[in-house]
Amino acid sequence: MGEDVRPGTAEAAGRDDRARRRRTALTGNEAVALAMRQVEPDVVAAYPITPQTDIVQFFASFVADGRVKTEFVTVESEHSAMSAVVGASAAGARAMTATSANGLALMWEVLYIASGSRLPIVMPVVNRALSAPINIHCDHSDAMGARDSGWVQLWSEDAQEAYDNVIQAVRIAEDPRVLLPVMVCYDGFIISHALLNLEVLTDDEVKEFVGTYRPDRSLLDPDRPVTVGPLDLYDFYFEHKRQQAEAMAAAREVIPEVAAAYAALTGRSYGMMEAYRLADAEAAVVVLGSAAGTARFVVDRLRREGRKAGLLKLRVFRPFPASEMAEALGGLRAVAVMDRCDGFSAAGGPVFNEVRSALYGLDGVRPDAAGRPQGRAPNGPPLVVNVVYGLGGRDVDPEDIEAVFDLLFRRIEGEEPRGEDGAGVLSRSLRPSPNTEVHYLGVRE
Amino acid sequence: MVAPEDGSGRTDVLSYLRVDRFPHLWCPGCGHGIVLGALVRAIMRLELDPRRVVVVSGIGCAARAAGYLNFDGVHTTHGRAIAFASGIKLARPELEVIVITGDGDLAAIGGNHFVHACRRNMGITVVCFNNSIYGMTSGQYSPMTPYHAMATTAPYGHIERPFDLCALAAGCGATYVARGAAYFPARLADYIAGGLRHKGFAFIEAVTQCPTYFGRRNKMPRGVDLLRWQKERAVPVERAARMTPEELEGKFTVGVFRDAEELEYTEEYDRIIALAGYREGGESGCPAPGR
Repeated sequence: MGEDVRPGTAEAAGRDDRARRRRTALTGNEAVALAMRQVEPDVVAAYPITPQTDIVQFFASFVADGRVKTEFVTVESEHSAMSAVVGASAAGARAMTATSANGLALMWEVLYIASGSRLPIVMPVVNRALSAPINIHCDHSDAMGARDSGWVQLWSEDAQEAYDNVIQAVRIAEDPRVLLPVMVCYDGFIISHALLNLEVLTDDEVKEFVGTYRPDRSLLDPDRPVTVGPLDLYDFYFEHKRQQAEAMAAAREVIPEVAAAYAALTGRSYGMMEAYRLADAEAAVVVLGSAAGTARFVVDRLRREGRKAGLLKLRVFRPFPASEMAEALGGLRAVAVMDRCDGFSAAGGPVFNEVRSALYGLDGVRPDAAGRPQGRAPNGPPLVVNVVYGLGGRDVDPEDIEAVFDLLFRRIEGEEPRGEDGAGVLSRSLRPSPNTEVHYLGVRE
Repeated sequence: MVAPEDGSGRTDVLSYLRVDRFPHLWCPGCGHGIVLGALVRAIMRLELDPRRVVVVSGIGCAARAAGYLNFDGVHTTHGRAIAFASGIKLARPELEVIVITGDGDLAAIGGNHFVHACRRNMGITVVCFNNSIYGMTSGQYSPMTPYHAMATTAPYGHIERPFDLCALAAGCGATYVARGAAYFPARLADYIAGGLRHKGFAFIEAVTQCPTYFGRRNKMPRGVDLLRWQKERAVPVERAARMTPEELEGKFTVGVFRDAEELEYTEEYDRIIALAGYREGGESGCPAPGR
């Protein structure tokens, strides 16, 4: 946002609009329910699960009070909820549902049907740990498990971002270049149930932003009958999967376009990721979700002490922004990737593996004509360690993240990983291979 | 009351419960504790060996009972308790397998497992804590929410009809079917004991109360209001047989609706194993059953 705005200009008018806009205290679930009301999808089908429940409850009130024209269906399971929105979307409707944890797990079969049928469904996922044992609190195992289901995944740091992501998700999903379903992920309880003072758009602004969904083809068009999802064997299945991959690649173009349009409307800009104080950083953490706020606080504190710390907050996990990731992290010396999910690969969590893969092969050792090293990581790619944290709602506080930075700075200063590298809140590393460190933050060993 | 001869010193209801897990999560006025007490009293009356009792539950307020009962048990996923229990019973038919479930867990997300378990007649006992609402997630209507009742997902009244769970179970072939209510805890314990004694699939619906999420929205905000509702509307099945449909309007029947002896599934399964020629250490090629 420019600081020097002349009165009477379009920019000033935009600022006035923003000033007129309602600032209101909402929980994450209230904010998302509000976004859904403003989008006013044709069909919402849902089944209750903690901590998603009150999104649907608020939405049910909107329906009952006549504030939306949405067909609202309360079904008998999440499998049915996803099936109902698949049916609705295939019939040309704008359709949404919402879920958490085991609800998402139960949708599994149908997640792939939504993406494989190229149906632009939008679904808030309020992140919660998966059973067993039963736990209702935040971690990312649910959505991370669905990372390869062909859904776009947007992650949110707070209620404002969850609200903004839902509205943008509709446009991303329905873009003819994409036509893929989108999950909007945000942390259970930490975001879903905490109040935040946030800025909301007017109903008209949202409706204008998302526009009207007009699918090229759909069911219920008797003059052009189609069958969705029929048998597709070795003759065409492979091509259809390749098209899905291309759509996901196209989303990489569309997401920033939608974000730019949204920024023009709201003044809030979102990229595939947010690089915070990374330009001259030596060490950084990569985080998605609410812990990014804590990490930002820690980075500021370390900076005041003169330590070159930075943060990379990942907003889009699917499509994975590998190129931007390499650009942002290539010049650093050490990076800790924080996973609020253990992939149980025994070789690090899902975000870690994606990030380190994005950094592989970056070291451009061939000098240019002037003798300067080329490539994005002239000194070689940074050391990347993995920190699994916060499973089942285990709290993560600034001291925990500071311990992660301490580890990174010790490595930068040349300290080799040793037996005591698990000192303090960091567990001993599982050390799946000589060049891989996987720590667990704040766990009892 | 005779203590089971397992050296556990279980002599009263509390000795069957994990009191170290208390306070339990049920709200003041909730009927689930009454139903759980009736279940424990039935187990005590039959002097079931606690080492041979397995409790399986799904998800919801009722399902939390599995964690409070001091038996081996599995707290499983939403709607699937009967499926898990079927596996346990198949592997160890001699065990007393008890499923604790709620109306949402059993009749909505788990409906398919329920109807097929009734049909199969496997010897497990299912106790459904029917409080007419999804309590755990704060009051969405369930398949047992009465017509016109209020729920958070039906703020102007519910427009679907509820199941008659006992008629559904009997229609699907369950061989023991009974309904009791929290207001009549002694009779409820009788019905549950009858189910536990029964050889085939036993289903007991326990009408119970949720003042917090059902009662408050339906002008019965206290547990006692809902208990009074149960008292006034419960009609013994014998008396109901002499009443007209108009007289039965708005009532629910309690009692044992079916108690029939039919082929029990694990016995049939053993017969098939014998038919296929499996002998312990034999050469039939059949995989050894895990028992």
